[in-house]
Amino acid sequence: MSVVTNTTTIGAIDAPSRRNTELALLVFAVVIPVFAYANVGLALDGELPPGMLGYGLGLGLLAGVAHLAVRRFARYADPLLLPLAALLNGLGLVVIWRLDQSPRLIRRSEILFDSFSPDAPKQLMYSAIGIALFVAVLMLLKDHRILQRYTYISMAAALVLLILPMFFPAVNGAKIWISLGPFSIQPGEFAKIIIAVFFSGYLMVKRDALALASRRFMGLYLPRGRDLGPILAVWAMSILILVFETDLGTSLLFFGLFVIMLYVATERTSWIVFGLLMSAAGAVGVASFEPHVQQRVEFWLNPFADETWRQSEQIGQALMSFGSGGTLGTGLGQGNSDLIGFAANSDFILSTFGEELGLAGMMAVLLIYGLIVERGVRTALAARDPFGKLLAVGLSGAFAIQVFVVAGGVMGLIPLTGMTMPFVAYGGSSVLANWALIAILIRISDTARRPAPAPASPDVEMTQVVRP
Amino acid sequence: MNKPLRRIAIFCGLLVLALLVRTNWLQYVAADSLNTHDRNRRVQIERYAHERGNIIVDGKPITGSVETDDTDFTYKRTYVNGPMWAPVTGYASQAFDANQIEKLEDGILSGNSDQLFFDRTMAMFTGDEKRGGNVVTTLSGAAQKAAYEGLGDKKGAVAAIDPQTGKILALASTPSYDPSSFAGYGNEDAKAWQALEEDPDKPKLNRALREIYPPGSTFKVVTAAAAIEEGLVDDINAPTDTPDPYILPNTRTEMVNHARGCENATLNRAMEVSCNSVFAKLGDEVTRDKMVEYAEKFGFNNPKVDTPVRAAASVYDKKMDRPGNAQSAIGQFNTATTPLQMAMVTAAIANDGKLMQPYMIDKLEAPNLDVIKKNEPQEMSRPISAKTAQLVQEMMENVVTKGTGGNAAIDGVTVGGKTGTAQHGVGNKKRPYAWFISYAKTDSGSPVAVAVVVEDSQGTARDDISGGGLAAPIAKAVMQAVLDGKK
Repeated sequence: MSVVTNTTTIGAIDAPSRRNTELALLVFAVVIPVFAYANVGLALDGELPPGMLGYGLGLGLLAGVAHLAVRRFARYADPLLLPLAALLNGLGLVVIWRLDQSPRLIRRSEILFDSFSPDAPKQLMYSAIGIALFVAVLMLLKDHRILQRYTYISMAAALVLLILPMFFPAVNGAKIWISLGPFSIQPGEFAKIIIAVFFSGYLMVKRDALALASRRFMGLYLPRGRDLGPILAVWAMSILILVFETDLGTSLLFFGLFVIMLYVATERTSWIVFGLLMSAAGAVGVASFEPHVQQRVEFWLNPFADETWRQSEQIGQALMSFGSGGTLGTGLGQGNSDLIGFAANSDFILSTFGEELGLAGMMAVLLIYGLIVERGVRTALAARDPFGKLLAVGLSGAFAIQVFVVAGGVMGLIPLTGMTMPFVAYGGSSVLANWALIAILIRISDTARRPAPAPASPDVEMTQVVRP
Repeated sequence: MNKPLRRIAIFCGLLVLALLVRTNWLQYVAADSLNTHDRNRRVQIERYAHERGNIIVDGKPITGSVETDDTDFTYKRTYVNGPMWAPVTGYASQAFDANQIEKLEDGILSGNSDQLFFDRTMAMFTGDEKRGGNVVTTLSGAAQKAAYEGLGDKKGAVAAIDPQTGKILALASTPSYDPSSFAGYGNEDAKAWQALEEDPDKPKLNRALREIYPPGSTFKVVTAAAAIEEGLVDDINAPTDTPDPYILPNTRTEMVNHARGCENATLNRAMEVSCNSVFAKLGDEVTRDKMVEYAEKFGFNNPKVDTPVRAAASVYDKKMDRPGNAQSAIGQFNTATTPLQMAMVTAAIANDGKLMQPYMIDKLEAPNLDVIKKNEPQEMSRPISAKTAQLVQEMMENVVTKGTGGNAAIDGVTVGGKTGTAQHGVGNKKRPYAWFISYAKTDSGSPVAVAVVVEDSQGTARDDISGGGLAAPIAKAVMQAVLDGKK
């Protein structure tokens, strides 16, 4: 009888939902950006910014709606993901608003485009749409395993999204945009999620074949030729993106994502070796004949050289921006990161964090990203189904690679690739896609932490107990 | 699947760690070098972000700031009588950096110096707008004006020092330039800069501090001082044992005298008419190494004469042979000096053998006029004894009353001086440099020592170019200006 009690007890304990923890953290995630907003206003104009109440209310409202949605639809979800994402989004808004006030950027825009329109209101709108998408995903996606049904549709969708920009004109040297009337969309941001869904579904089915049906050669398990096919296809795909869309970042993101998921699915280290070899071959191959990539590498190696400076000051300016920030930063609104000019509030927004919030602020921001990623991987560990595990690790891996590629590029650690910092950078596609990504992670973590349903009756339970 | 998941977690952690290390590198380790990088416009932006402090002469600013409507530079530098003061102020340009006092004291002038930390902190509470502090110079407006106008459109330089303190009173260089002509960064500024760069007369060169000229006969005062100090001459009015013509040691070359009556002339007489033979022979007898020693005590061969603007090192060759030394003793051969250096020599003699460190910044002031740093006179060296110095003074005063320096005489004031006409160019074909060094003396010691050099002056017949004719009147005007100011 005692055994019976034990089994039922394990299932019946109501695990803490942690929703109140999340709410408390969300308060900080709203209050901190509001203070930052006040700080910018005081530094620039010597008075509290007039829009402060509206901004605070707007941010609070968005966070509140998101929180209620989680409370209602994903009661057991990870309590950290939403507050962290909200904090980044709020800080991003403040910094974008701060750059909107820059006379240098305003004049630059007036000279180049004859007009200037502030980006912060648009970003606030994108954030609202992003939260709406977040709520919609939680509402409609009752169980992440539903996505498994759409494995091959996802593949088709991802291919379309990735190929489409090829038919649109390049913007600033990279074909990563599709324009629909007044709207421009960066399909790569959405493709990141869709392709993770496809990989999860595909690998879940094929993982045994990929892992077991292999020959051992020099300590490595070599896959069979037919299993290699899809992998080669993804590899070729990422090379094509690189060549035809001159988009180093997306290419790197997809291939890295695939290797990570392949490794998790098969538990075979050989795949990592394969992945690295293939990406090295691809990178060297493309770099040897693709001037765009060569140029990026050249800019990275010699950011201050005369030739680099003539073509693009961006990296050098970003580096000096970080340097000028020093340990504690100049304080919000008091830096000169706007010297970067082009893309100061999107790809290069991190330099404003670096200059105005200093080393301390940068470490905090990077750690927030690190925490999001680790909560994502934690979700993957906790997930009970292989599809959920793969999807969670895929999404967090993609997030991590994107953060590394963008931040590393802006800080001169690796060549710059032209992606945006999730949540903080200006850009609708990015904000929308990343809120959707967080929503899916929250859905998976909710499923993972949700207590198993209580058995129908002890009697049924009884019959199932196998006594040792 | 959990084992690879844990590894992926570690991998993602490593990615973030790499970023953390990189940001520490950029913002801590490399921060200083990035902050002062040549390409970093923040240095310039900060320099002009607030109203720049002024450089002050006689209690009046010789610089200014105007507000502009530029997005990068809020203020722009202006100058009062720029060409006259350029050798003192230097320039501060939005496009072409800064130099001299504008650069060396940029921290004070821009208000960013750590020395102003307290002041800035106070301003934060009182709500005052941040602005730069002032640099108060030792210069005398009247002396500078006399020097600059005396040089007129001739090429040359003037350096005047207060011998008792080392305060620099005048520092003029012609042709000069107006630093306000390229203070901004527009096309006009670039054009003005380019024109100055290409000008064969090098107007941007600070001839008083940064150009070295052969000093010619003015250097004879150093040789005389060395000879007396070494005991080679006890009585300046006793005949020296000097043949005429004097043949340079180890050669058959004759040392040409432009003056007559140099055979066995007394030292006093040799100074009066500027006998080459007497001083060449004395220089040889003092020996090269001793000559180097005395020259160095007067400030030669010192690459760090900082006023605080660093003067070029004046040269007395340490490795030349005997005939070279004999020629160098009359200021020819490899000897070359800045006008400031000759003013220092004169000042040391006028100050009874005590050489004071020359300086041109009296004090630094905070924006609220609190004194942040005050420079006190400092002794630099004692090249010769007071007795020797007084003997040399006697000879130099004789030069003015009876000899080649008559043009510098001032009624009712004791003036000592020495002319010089330095040969240069291949075969000494170029127009010589006309030199004059002098000091004035009152009951309370000497208030001014001055060195004047006039380069190639057009329209003057070559034979007439002599320190006495061209340079002495300028020196006189500068001394007069200082003396008038003392009254």
